[in-house]
Amino acid sequence: MSIAKGAAPLVILGLTLLPPLASAAGDPFLTVIATRMVIFALAALSLDLILGFGAMVSFGHAAYLGIGAYAVAVLGGMGVTDLGLQMLAAALAATLFALPTGAISLRTRGVYFIMITLAFGQMAYFVFVSFSALGGDDGMALKGYSTLLGLPVLASGTGLFYVSLALLTLALIGLDRITRSRFGRVLRGCRENSLRMQAVGFRPFPFQLTAYVVAAAICSVAGVLLANQALFVSPAYMSWQRSGELIVMVVLGGAGNLIGAVLGALAIVGLEEGLARFSHHWRLGFGLILVLVALYSPGGITGMIRRILPAGRPG
Amino acid sequence: MSALLTISGLTKSFGGLRVTDDLSLSIEECTTHAVIGPNGAGKTTLISQLSGQLRPDAGQIIYADEDITRLDMAGRVHRGLARSFQITTLLPGFSALENVALAVQARRGSSFRFFRAARAEKALNDAALACLEEVGLAAQANRLASELSHGEKRQLELAVALATGPRLLLLDEPLAGTGHDEAEALIALLGRLKSRLTLVLIEHDMAAVFALADQVSVLVNGRLIASGPPARVRSDPAVRAAYLGEEEADPCCASRV
Amino acid sequence: MLNLILLQLINGLQFGILLFLVAAGLTLVFGIMDFINLAHGVLYMVGGYVMAALSAATGNFWLSLVLVLPAMLGIGLLLEAAVFRKLHDRPHLDQVLATFGLVLILSELVKLIWGAAPLSVTLPEALAGSVPLVGPLRYPVYRIAVIAAGLAIALMLWFVIARTRIGMLLRAGAANPAMVSALGVNVNRLFMLVFAVGAMLAGFAGAIVAPILSVDPGMGDSILILTFVVIVIGGVGSVRGAFVAALLVGIVDTMGRIFGPILLKQLLEPAAAAQAGRTLAPMLVYLLMAGVLFWRPSGLFGRSTGA
Ligand SMILES: Nc1ncnc2c1ncn2[C@@H]1O[C@H](COP(=O)(O)OP(=O)(O)O)[C@@H](O)[C@H]1O
Ligand SMILES: [Mg+2]
Repeated sequence: MSIAKGAAPLVILGLTLLPPLASAAGDPFLTVIATRMVIFALAALSLDLILGFGAMVSFGHAAYLGIGAYAVAVLGGMGVTDLGLQMLAAALAATLFALPTGAISLRTRGVYFIMITLAFGQMAYFVFVSFSALGGDDGMALKGYSTLLGLPVLASGTGLFYVSLALLTLALIGLDRITRSRFGRVLRGCRENSLRMQAVGFRPFPFQLTAYVVAAAICSVAGVLLANQALFVSPAYMSWQRSGELIVMVVLGGAGNLIGAVLGALAIVGLEEGLARFSHHWRLGFGLILVLVALYSPGGITGMIRRILPAGRPG
Repeated sequence: MSALLTISGLTKSFGGLRVTDDLSLSIEECTTHAVIGPNGAGKTTLISQLSGQLRPDAGQIIYADEDITRLDMAGRVHRGLARSFQITTLLPGFSALENVALAVQARRGSSFRFFRAARAEKALNDAALACLEEVGLAAQANRLASELSHGEKRQLELAVALATGPRLLLLDEPLAGTGHDEAEALIALLGRLKSRLTLVLIEHDMAAVFALADQVSVLVNGRLIASGPPARVRSDPAVRAAYLGEEEADPCCASRV
Repeated sequence: MLNLILLQLINGLQFGILLFLVAAGLTLVFGIMDFINLAHGVLYMVGGYVMAALSAATGNFWLSLVLVLPAMLGIGLLLEAAVFRKLHDRPHLDQVLATFGLVLILSELVKLIWGAAPLSVTLPEALAGSVPLVGPLRYPVYRIAVIAAGLAIALMLWFVIARTRIGMLLRAGAANPAMVSALGVNVNRLFMLVFAVGAMLAGFAGAIVAPILSVDPGMGDSILILTFVVIVIGGVGSVRGAFVAALLVGIVDTMGRIFGPILLKQLLEPAAAAQAGRTLAPMLVYLLMAGVLFWRPSGLFGRSTGA
């Protein structure tokens, strides 16, 4: 985690400078991309809490992205546009879905856990597909942006960016503390050896379930932001491809050290947008990069950084 | 004095293989009870059932006047029934100190605390360090468990078990694979523990067994073939035939395996 | 109504057989080598494209179908040597990352070579008609041929697994992966073989559906997830489990899509029922999977992982 300490402030600082740089470069679309990066970084970060620190590989995490996005649509439709209330409702809805499905999923281990979380993710997906009041398969456009203390802060691209970045920073600090706390230590212990933890008197289940719910709630906040960015919600936010992409972000960045998930999300969104400018067939190069990283750089991007900078070892 | 642990009719099979066969035994508080027997006799399986890792097929386990047969591992640990593992079971990515500190944390206050850094909790670390000192591993406190030597891992395994604050400690071959000096130190430590804890000791080192044990039980093919004070078990003809064998006619002088 | 049920039952069977062909190789790679392969679905897609290309080139359906087998075997061996071999003893997540990358590469390559538009394969005369089933009910010959071919392959697989030395190793490996290497078997060779044959079966499945469905770059995606559902319901590593689960999933999915709306009509107004039924039906297999895993956390035929 030494790497998180050093890299996190740098990454956040770098991101802070993006919008002015974008307007200096005369390319406001860069801010849009940067916002996407930050939102997905938040989602990937939440996944890292369970995947990286709890060895719970959820293949249905995008469901919470969708739940957050639909919370904005539903509340907005009722005239509730306050961002705080929307985030609260999103987190609540995510908790309500994560509690029972997480409890059932945690009966299984390993591959079976991956697949049962996929199953629940798909169920959520199909529920929203069949909800014609919410636009069904096609999704629906939002009436307007969420407001912050009554102000239309999110209506401007930079406003949305900085709100997203602030939330990402908060989550990064919060999760950093959580993973080092007593709770986090138990979670990490269960990742390393569940039998050992039971033999000193811990029951892994409540810890794992709590982490699962916290991750879900944080991811739903990313969903709230995503809905604001697109001014549109659709079940596609919760498709299994999306869940797979979140896993890939965490693994590409390096799981279990928080900043890795952020870097992975930045890299993936950046590559997608960047390569797409060069070639229609950008996925070829993108896939190649993923394969090469998997083959030759264990631990992903943070693993690479660790090898280049022979500073302290992780701990 | 009533028994701290009473096992009756304990039975466990793996497929067709009866590994624990209608086993009954009782263990008095503050005694050291050695269980010996050849490899594959079912000693580890017995410990696993006592600690709650495995469910017996039949039988009953009474601990401190409570039927704990269906209680899970964590529940037993909280009641003071702890174990060490024959095959080292540690958290490889945690320091030696943190391995022990987690065991302290498990019984001190809630672990649902989300903000303070656990590694900086002095009370936990002090208690953990005391356990490491007890097993002679204090100097290695900050090394990763995965980087310790085999003997040091065995010491750490014991320190973790001690840190749970046990009343009854199940030790599965604590000396296995340790060097001569480490073993001497561990035997001395067990000698000290013996006066304040109840120990169930599985061990192949006969010198250690006969030096420490108040009672010895001999397990062969899942059955108890003898149980009693060391002197009586040592001279039991069935035991000599089945287990101790010719070359260990005088077990006190037998060399360590 | 009875006729409709029978018809859909056979359709479900046919879909299940296809799922089995794709799942068989994956469950072995998964169960024995403990390898998570997300790229198995694209092999099915590649099989479809190879078939389309061959039949366009040769104009001969049967010859193309025969040629697909060695072609897919070769592609399987190539991928194994280039990527999979290096990922054996790496963490699952690295395997996920690499095979996710492979999915992107292969899908894009296919688009690059054949374009994004769907391709079709024409049926030979002999298989183009339909045969009477019961009463006025008729069923396409080709679909019956697909079922027969799939069953024949399932039988062959069963024979190999139940009666041969390699099959014994596979069974031992699925029950206890560490044991295979303990037996002194060259695990790398076994993996290569399993992987390549798995690729061949998946490709073959893609080839034989080509005349029924169109061949498009997305066809691997949709089957991959259902394949995972199949092997998880069946129990990872169990070919028998994959067979049972594949038929189950195929039938449940097909019947659900047809009868879901009909049943819902009893509860809802027709328009809403049609809409809800159409969209809720795909959920059935996931409900099935969640239910199975709830009662049996290691699948129907999976080895229990203990407490
Ligand atoms: N999980 C298991 N599954 C099947 N057989 C087992 C299992 N654990 C132990 N055994 C078998 O039970 C017998 C007793 O094992 P164990 O209790 O480890 O013996 P000991 O500790 O006395 O050497 C051995 O034959 C062993 O192979
Ligand atoms: Mg043993």
